[in-house]
Amino acid sequence: MRKLSSLAIIFSAAMLLAACSSTKLDDKNAPVENRSTGMSTTADSAAVNNADTSADPLNDPQSILAKRSIYFDFDSYSIKEEFRAVVEAHAKYLNAHKDHKIIIQGNTDDRGGTEYNLALGQKRAEAVRKALVLLGVSDEQIEAVSFGKEKPRALGSDEAAWAENRRADIVYQ
Amino acid sequence: MSTTRNLTILTMAALGLAFSSASQAQLRIDIAGVGASQIPIAIAAFPGEESAPQRITSIVKDDLNRSGAFKLIDNEDALSDASAISYDLWKKRGADALAVGSVQRLADGRFDVRYRLFDNVKATQLSALSFGSQPQLIRLTAHKIADDIYQKLTGIPGIFSTRISYVTHVGKEYRLEVADADGDNVQVALRSTEPIISPVWSPDGSKVAYVSFEAKKPVIFTQNLITRERKLVANFKGSNSAPAWSPDGSRLAVALTRDGLTQIYMINADGGGLRRITSSAGIDTEPRFSPDGNTIYFTSDRSGGPQIYKISINGGEPQRVTFNGSYNISPRISPDGTVLAYISRREGKFQLYTMDLNNGQEQRLSEGSRDESPSFAPNGKYIIYATESSRRGALAVISTDGRIKQSLVMQGGDVREPAWSPFVK
Repeated sequence: MRKLSSLAIIFSAAMLLAACSSTKLDDKNAPVENRSTGMSTTADSAAVNNADTSADPLNDPQSILAKRSIYFDFDSYSIKEEFRAVVEAHAKYLNAHKDHKIIIQGNTDDRGGTEYNLALGQKRAEAVRKALVLLGVSDEQIEAVSFGKEKPRALGSDEAAWAENRRADIVYQ
Repeated sequence: MSTTRNLTILTMAALGLAFSSASQAQLRIDIAGVGASQIPIAIAAFPGEESAPQRITSIVKDDLNRSGAFKLIDNEDALSDASAISYDLWKKRGADALAVGSVQRLADGRFDVRYRLFDNVKATQLSALSFGSQPQLIRLTAHKIADDIYQKLTGIPGIFSTRISYVTHVGKEYRLEVADADGDNVQVALRSTEPIISPVWSPDGSKVAYVSFEAKKPVIFTQNLITRERKLVANFKGSNSAPAWSPDGSRLAVALTRDGLTQIYMINADGGGLRRITSSAGIDTEPRFSPDGNTIYFTSDRSGGPQIYKISINGGEPQRVTFNGSYNISPRISPDGTVLAYISRREGKFQLYTMDLNNGQEQRLSEGSRDESPSFAPNGKYIIYATESSRRGALAVISTDGRIKQSLVMQGGDVREPAWSPFVK
């Protein structure tokens, strides 16, 4: 009995968290199409949210803040020039919204050991965290964590999949 | 020649057994190779064993066969522990040793299992044991008989009654499972929709510590395998991973990122008394205690790529242990403290190596290209590790002399992160 109830708690917690993180961030066209067609699909709630908080650029798919993935080169843990503007935009937003908190999730490709990759993913998350702190964001607003190679966005063992998984994601809480 | 043929037959027999009892989560075992020297032994059928839920001598034969240390001598005999033994007859049949026994159902539902082991060459009895076994513990009783045979004839403790833990991933579900060392008798310790990694057994075999991502970040738990009670050990800001028990079970060495990049800390098993052990500008992770508890071996990238180092639990300057190759990770120390097992990347392949800590001699043991997560059997004679089979995560066991290899494959899913239990009293 004890086992069942504790498992139930774990599962409901996991499902809540999963629900939070399932928002699509890269699909710029979807909300626009929803508005024009007025479709009442699963995307409906997202459209409503957009209308309710139209003042918040965080929910504007056209904003640079919609970009929340920072990609890294092979065996590299420094932020590339092309992602400077993304990091700076999030820093500016977080500085203006001190009540907002983010988690930075570091990831690696699937080559090498579980725990060492976890530490390498952390190195990527930490690079983003440090950059944000240097831009004035409070440490209290940021948590850097790692998924290592455990939660690949792209499956497969080719360069395209590896490149997709060498990544840190900014997730607003 | 005849050895090879025998082994093929035995392997096929083992496969057949596994298939017939295959359920969804069952591990299938394949065996390859033979020991440097094989002790010829005959196991006579135990009168009465057909009344028990499992056939004890079948389990004993499978165990001995898998070890690679024995050559089983075929026989149709059924000899009880009370039978008179004709040593010369068995010697002529080629059996240096003979095991006999009996199984009898008792009025209270238990089974009285008796067994004797004889040395046919010296014409002496080597062992005699009896067990009052609950029906559900017949398999364990059989494994204990196999352990006794192994120990009496090789001088090394047997590991057939020990257990393994590992993580399966089927569809969206991750499971932390515990099974007998032969992959049978599976029990699920934890189910989750998020990954589970790095399980390790407490020194008394009653608990496992592991890393769960159920809170959307790596957090360390311990879990009692009997009461199923779970305890949160480390959930600091950032990532919490790579738990390792101190030999007395009172503390865990862990890898935390609360102060920046991954570093090694010590924490009490109840989650208190946090103390930092390593201090580098890079990554320090995968701590493991030496058997005397005074030294921690770990992986560090302080010299560039990952290499294995050791440090006193009281801190101080770490010493580098591995020098060959640019990528050496996952240090594991043999129970006697003399051998280091680790994963090394050479020519793009991640493979299992051992190093003799007395003379630095290296040996490559595995032949995969993505091998991971080694774990010593408690007798130090075998290492279980994660490998790939048909692009799926599978487990493999190899003897530390590299001669005997078993693979454990799960149909329809991945199995990873193996950990071998200590001896259980």
